[in-house]
Amino acid sequence: MSSGQEGASSPAAGLAAAVREGRASAVEVLERHLGAIAERDPEIHAFNLVMVDEARRRAETVDGAVARGEDPGRLAGVPVALKDNLCTRGVPTSCSSKILASWRPPYDATVVERITAAGAVVVGKTNLDEFAMGSSTENSAFGPTRNPHDPARVPGGSSGGSAAAVAAGFAPLALGSDTGGSIRQPAALCGVVGVKPTYGLVSRYGLVAFASSLDQIGPFAHTVRDAALLFEVIAGHDPMDSTSLDGPAPSVLDAIPMGVEGMRVGLVSELLAGVEPAAAAAVEAAAEALTGMGAKVETTSVPATVYGLSAYYLIAPAEASSNLARYDGVRYGLRVEGEDVAAMFGATRQAGFGAEVKRRIMLGTYALSAGYYDAYYGQAQRVRTLIIRDFEEAYRSFDALLAPTTPGPAFPLGAKTQDPLSMYMSDVCTIPSNLAGHPAMSIPWGSSDGLPLGVQVMAPALGEAVMFRVAAALEGEAPPAPVPAGGRR
Amino acid sequence: MAERISAADVAHVAHLARLKVSEEEIALFAAQLGAVLEHAADVAALDTAGVPPTAHPLPVRNVLRADEERPSLDRQTVLDQAPRAEDDRFRVPRILGEAP
Amino acid sequence: MSGGWETVVGLEVHAELRTVTKLFCGCRNEFGAEPNTLVCPVCLGLPGSLPVLNRMAVELAMRVGLALHCEVRPSVFHRKNYFYPDMPKDYQISQYDEPINVGGWLELPDGHRVGIVRAHLEEDTGKITHVGGGGRIHEAAHSLVDYNRAGVPLLEIVSEPDLRSGEQARAYVAELRAILVATGASDGKMEEGSLRVDANVSVRPEGASEYGTRCEIKNLNSLRSLGRAIDHEAARQIELLEAGERIRMETRHWNEAAGHTVSGRTKEQSEDYRYFPEPDLVPVAPDDDWLAAVSASLPVLPAERRDRLAEAAGVAAGDVAVLVEMGLDDLVLGAIGAGADPRVAVNRAANEVAANLEAAAKLTVGAFAELVRMEAAGELTATQAKQVLAAMLESGGKPADIARARGFEALAADALTPVVEQVVADNPDAFERFKAGDPKIQGFLVGQVMKATKGNADGGRVVAELRRLAGLG
Repeated sequence: MSSGQEGASSPAAGLAAAVREGRASAVEVLERHLGAIAERDPEIHAFNLVMVDEARRRAETVDGAVARGEDPGRLAGVPVALKDNLCTRGVPTSCSSKILASWRPPYDATVVERITAAGAVVVGKTNLDEFAMGSSTENSAFGPTRNPHDPARVPGGSSGGSAAAVAAGFAPLALGSDTGGSIRQPAALCGVVGVKPTYGLVSRYGLVAFASSLDQIGPFAHTVRDAALLFEVIAGHDPMDSTSLDGPAPSVLDAIPMGVEGMRVGLVSELLAGVEPAAAAAVEAAAEALTGMGAKVETTSVPATVYGLSAYYLIAPAEASSNLARYDGVRYGLRVEGEDVAAMFGATRQAGFGAEVKRRIMLGTYALSAGYYDAYYGQAQRVRTLIIRDFEEAYRSFDALLAPTTPGPAFPLGAKTQDPLSMYMSDVCTIPSNLAGHPAMSIPWGSSDGLPLGVQVMAPALGEAVMFRVAAALEGEAPPAPVPAGGRR
Repeated sequence: MAERISAADVAHVAHLARLKVSEEEIALFAAQLGAVLEHAADVAALDTAGVPPTAHPLPVRNVLRADEERPSLDRQTVLDQAPRAEDDRFRVPRILGEAP
Repeated sequence: MSGGWETVVGLEVHAELRTVTKLFCGCRNEFGAEPNTLVCPVCLGLPGSLPVLNRMAVELAMRVGLALHCEVRPSVFHRKNYFYPDMPKDYQISQYDEPINVGGWLELPDGHRVGIVRAHLEEDTGKITHVGGGGRIHEAAHSLVDYNRAGVPLLEIVSEPDLRSGEQARAYVAELRAILVATGASDGKMEEGSLRVDANVSVRPEGASEYGTRCEIKNLNSLRSLGRAIDHEAARQIELLEAGERIRMETRHWNEAAGHTVSGRTKEQSEDYRYFPEPDLVPVAPDDDWLAAVSASLPVLPAERRDRLAEAAGVAAGDVAVLVEMGLDDLVLGAIGAGADPRVAVNRAANEVAANLEAAAKLTVGAFAELVRMEAAGELTATQAKQVLAAMLESGGKPADIARARGFEALAADALTPVVEQVVADNPDAFERFKAGDPKIQGFLVGQVMKATKGNADGGRVVAELRRLAGLG
C-alpha cells in the first residue's frame, strides 16, 4: 500500500520520501487516510474532530511546494493526528472536556508549528481522557475511544485517541502527551510505538497543562524509526517554555544502526513484580533477545520506584488543581450563570468537569491545603528525590533499563471506572520515568489472548540515543504482533 | 480502614476548588479519595529526614527573556471567546467578596 | 500618641516596575491603553500558555533590593491559589518563602531607620470596573474586567513594624518612592496606581513590648490618605481598647471623603492559598557578576545626595530634602563647586528654580553659578536676581546678558557712593534723624536712593553706605 521499500518498515518516513521525490501526492495520501477514518472511526472514535478542509488545503500546499521544486520538509505530506490538548489556532481544542468544548485557541502549540514547518498534514484532534486524566480514554466528555484490536476494550489512556488512530491506520503518526504514562500505556495496549522524551526536550508551549512538572509531548508511530523521525522534528529548545532545555536535542535516527552489542541493560525487578504473567514473560523474552544481540542484561533494583504511584497521585493532582483553576467561565469556555461570581464559578466548574477531573482537583487541593502540605505534597516531592537518586544509582551500572509498559493488556470498557485506584494502578510501570524526568518508550512485544503488549525501554535524562538503539534492536527481533482489523498502512 | 478524609473535609476542599458538588458526590468522593490517600499512606509514613524536595526534574536556573515587546492579540479575537463581554471588557456577575 | 498609647505601623508597598513589557510575556507594560488591547495567551492565562521571566524586572528588583541594603538571594516563584475574576489563571505567580530580596533597611531624612523584611517580585492583576450601584462593589449589578494590567511586574516591599505615626509612614513612603524613582524601578505615581500602599496598624500601651492586634488598611492612594488613615485608625483602636473592647483582626478600607476606615473582610475568613513552587518557572539565582554589574549601575541614592548637599551647603540634611526630591541637588552642588555662595544657591534653587521645575533642565550649572555670584557680589539686587533667573528658566541665556537687556546694571560700589552723598545732601534733616538712630527714617533715605538709581541699587549696601557716612559703620 505505501510506496517504496522504505515504507514497508517505516510507513511515515516512506510516505515523506515518496512525497518529497514526487512519487506520491500529499493529497492522495491524505484521501487514503480520510477514507480509512470515514470507514472505521465511527466505531473507534479516535477523533474528536477530523480537520477535513484544513487538511486538504495543507496537503495541496505541500504538493504545490513539491511541484515548484521546493522541499516541504522531513514530514512532507505525512498525516499526523494531534491529541486534543494541543492548541491549534482557530481550531477547537477541547481536552475532551465540556468546559472547553467551544474553545478555539488564538495560537498554535510549538509542536504544531514544528510539524507543520516540516510538511506534515494535521488530520484531526484525537480523543483523550478529560484533561489527560485517566488511563482508558473513558473519561472523555465525548464518549470513549475503542481499541482497534478489540472494540469492546479500551485503548488505554489518556492519549487513547492518538494511539488508536495510529493502530487503526487513520494516520501513520500522532502526537500525545505523557504525564504518568499517557503515551506509553495506550501505545502498549494498541500495539504501536510510543515515546515520552526527557522532560524539557519538547516544548510544552501550547500543551494544555495537566501536571506541569511531569507533562511531556511525544510521538506515536508504527515503527521505532518513524517515532525517531517525529521526535527529531519536535525536539529542541523553545524560548516560549522556561523549562525547555537549551542546546541541541539528541540525534536518534543516526544512532539507531549502532545496535546494542556491549550495552548494559538492567531489568527492573520492582516493576516486574505484580504484573500479569504474560506481561512479565514478554519482558523476559525481550531481555533474552537483547542478550542474543550481544547486550549484557541483568536484573537490578530501583527500590524507591515502589513509591512512585503514591507520590505521583499526590504531585500530579496538586499541580492539576492549580492548572485547572483558570476554567472559571470568565474569559473562554463554558459558563453556567449564577447570582454572583462565586456562584457562577461553582456552577460552571461543577457542570464543566467530569467526575475524574473533579476527583483529582479535590485530591490535589487537599494535598496542598494548610495542615496537609507537608504530609502529602511535601513528602511526595521528597520521594521524588529518592526515586531520582535510585535511578542515578542504577544508571551507574546500566546504559538502559527494561520493564513492562503495563501490568497487562487492554481491559474491557467499564472494567475499572468504578474503582479509581485500580485504574491508577495501570500507570504503575510508567510513572517513575515521569517523576525522574527521564525518557522512556514502549514498543510492541508479544501478546496476551490476541491482544498486544508492550515492553518499556528507559534511559537517563537525554539518553534518547541509547533508548532508541535498544528499542530498534528489540523491534527487529519482536515476535509477530497482533494486527487490528483494517491493518497497518 | 481508618477514615482518611471526612465528608466535611471533602466539602471544604470542594469549596476551595470552587466545585459546587452535590451531597451524593461528597459521600462518593470521600470514599474514593480516602482509598487513594490510604494507598499514599506508605509515602506519608516514609522517613525522609534530610531528603530535599524535588519540585522540578530539571537542574536549570535563570531562564530569562529580554525585555522586548511582542505583539498582543487582536481584542476582538479575544473577546469572541468570552462567554459574555461588554464595553470591550469581560463581563462577570456581581462580585460579593473583595480580593484578598 | 495620645494618652499613653503607642501606634505601631508596618507597610506593604506594591510598586509597578517600569519595564517595557510585562513580567512573563511580551505585552507592553503601559498605563491607560484601551481595555484588553495589551493581552496575549500568557497574560490572559489561556490554556497551554507558559510564563517566561523578564530579565529587566529581575534587575530592577535587584536594584531596589541593593538600594534598601537587602541581601539579594536565589529565589523561587510560587503559585498563590485563590479565585478572583481579575486573575486570569486564578492563581498569582509570586515569590513566597524564597524571595529575591530579604532583610534591609531604609533611612528617613530625620535619620530614623525602618527595617525592610523583604522585597519580592509578583504579577499584578487585571482591573475590575463595577457597573451600577455607583461603582461600589457591593451594590453593583455586574462587573467588567480589563486584563491590560494583568501580569505587570510588581515589587512588593514589606517593612518591619518600625513606624510610629501617620506622619512617619508618610515620610517612609516618600523616601521609598524617591528610591524607586532614583533606581529607575518605578515612576512612583500613586494616582495612577504605580505605587499602592497597605498599612498594618496596631496600638499598644506605651512601653509594652508585645504588639497589639493589627488591622490592615487598604486603598491608600495618596500620601495624605496614608497619614490620615493611620492616625484615624489608631484613634479608633485606642477608643475601642479604652472602652474595654478588643480589636478584631480584619481588613479595613479608608474612605477619604468620610475621613474614617470601614470594616472589610475579617482575617478569620482568610483563604488557604495552597502555595507551591511554580513548576512552569525555574529558580532565579543572580550570580556574583550580575550582582556586581547591577550594584555598579546604581545611582547615588537620596539619603547620600541629601548628606552630600547638606555638607556642601552647611545646613541640616532635612533642610535640603526637598531639593534632592526635586532633583536640584546636582545644580546646587555644581554651583557651589564653581565658587557660588552656598546660601544664595540653595535659596534660588529652592524658590525660583523649584517654581519652574520643567524648565530646570535648560539651566546650566555655569549660568546658575554666575547668577548666584552676581547676586552675592551685589551686582544684582535680590529682586533683580529673581527676575533674571526667571527669564533664564523661561528662555535660556546668560545672566549678564539678561541683566544688561533689562537695564539691571547694578551700581558698582564706586557708583553708589556719589548717589548716596547727593541724597544726604538733599535731605539734611532726615539724615540728622538717621544719625540720631530713628529707625523709621532709614526706609525713606533708602527709597530716595532707589528712586535716584531707578531701583538698581542693593538695599543692604545703601544702608551700609548711609551708616558709613553717619559714622555708624
